[in-house]
Amino acid sequence: MTVGIVIVSHSQRLAEGVVEFVSEMAQGPVAIIAAGGKDTGELGTSLEKISRALEAAESGDGVLVLVDVGSAAMTAQVALEALSADRRARIMLSAAPLVEGAFLAAIRASMGSDLASVTAAASEATEMDKGL
Amino acid sequence: MPVDSAAVFAWIQRAAAQLHARRDELTQLDSPIGDADHGVNMDRGFTAVLAKFDLQGVPADIGAILKTVGATLVSTVGGASGPLYGTAFLRAGMALAGKESLSGEEVGAALDAALEGVKARGKAHAGEKTMIDALEPGIAAYHAAIAAGQDTSAALTAAVDAAEQGMRDTIPMLATKGRASYLGERSIGHQDPGATSSALLLRAMTDKG
Repeated sequence: MTVGIVIVSHSQRLAEGVVEFVSEMAQGPVAIIAAGGKDTGELGTSLEKISRALEAAESGDGVLVLVDVGSAAMTAQVALEALSADRRARIMLSAAPLVEGAFLAAIRASMGSDLASVTAAASEATEMDKGL
Repeated sequence: MPVDSAAVFAWIQRAAAQLHARRDELTQLDSPIGDADHGVNMDRGFTAVLAKFDLQGVPADIGAILKTVGATLVSTVGGASGPLYGTAFLRAGMALAGKESLSGEEVGAALDAALEGVKARGKAHAGEKTMIDALEPGIAAYHAAIAAGQDTSAALTAAVDAAEQGMRDTIPMLATKGRASYLGERSIGHQDPGATSSALLLRAMTDKG
């Protein structure tokens, strides 16, 4: 089992694109689930989509949630508050940049690392070396 | 006159009607400094709220009414106002759980819970060009009127006056929260759409909504 990852974005296509890219990079059995856009597919964030993604990403080892901007973080917080204390304790919200954070988190998760380690990996995204 | 569940539901209906009527105005306020969807989002949210009550009826428990409003807004609004107003109504609903009639003080306690919810969710305070700039002075005026011996209706009227002043006071403010904050000084000179919808919601609590 590995830590799962949820990608929350205002755009359904952006979330799916991050999942596509990061899943390829992780090369491992990591559940990376998109929660982008409103239920209708329009731009926005959806409590239901995020709640379903949290469920789908949880294999028992916990879930790291990455968000884009604005209401993505707030809607994710509301989704967490609806869960039992036990489940909430196994979910972390990351302030890391979405693409880079998901990339680093997915690689770390694919190694079988625990939630604290995957969360730490995502937060390294702000100082990621891009060779520039 | 105590506030009962019928009065609370009438408030929600007036709010929905006003948000629908002023949808384009709110969206226009949101276009120079936001993402031009506030009116559409709030109208969608409150339309969904009314549909929910159509389906399940209106409970006598005022806390339950407000919790239904909050949960529906979080699910349907789609923008930042969803979790913010959703949290406000959910917290007010928790403060009034099981109550079928409210005193002036209980209305005040619910308003406080709602404001604290918005502040906690948005990690914001007054002076940042947000809905708090209407809610906080409005709710302070409500408490002052109740403390001075006025009834709920008069206190709500005082709250609306102060909230609308607070709303206008957002015009010269520099935004430091939300999308508008990324515009820097260009956020100055525009009335905040969230403060505007907050004043609208308080006005809907009076029968002048």
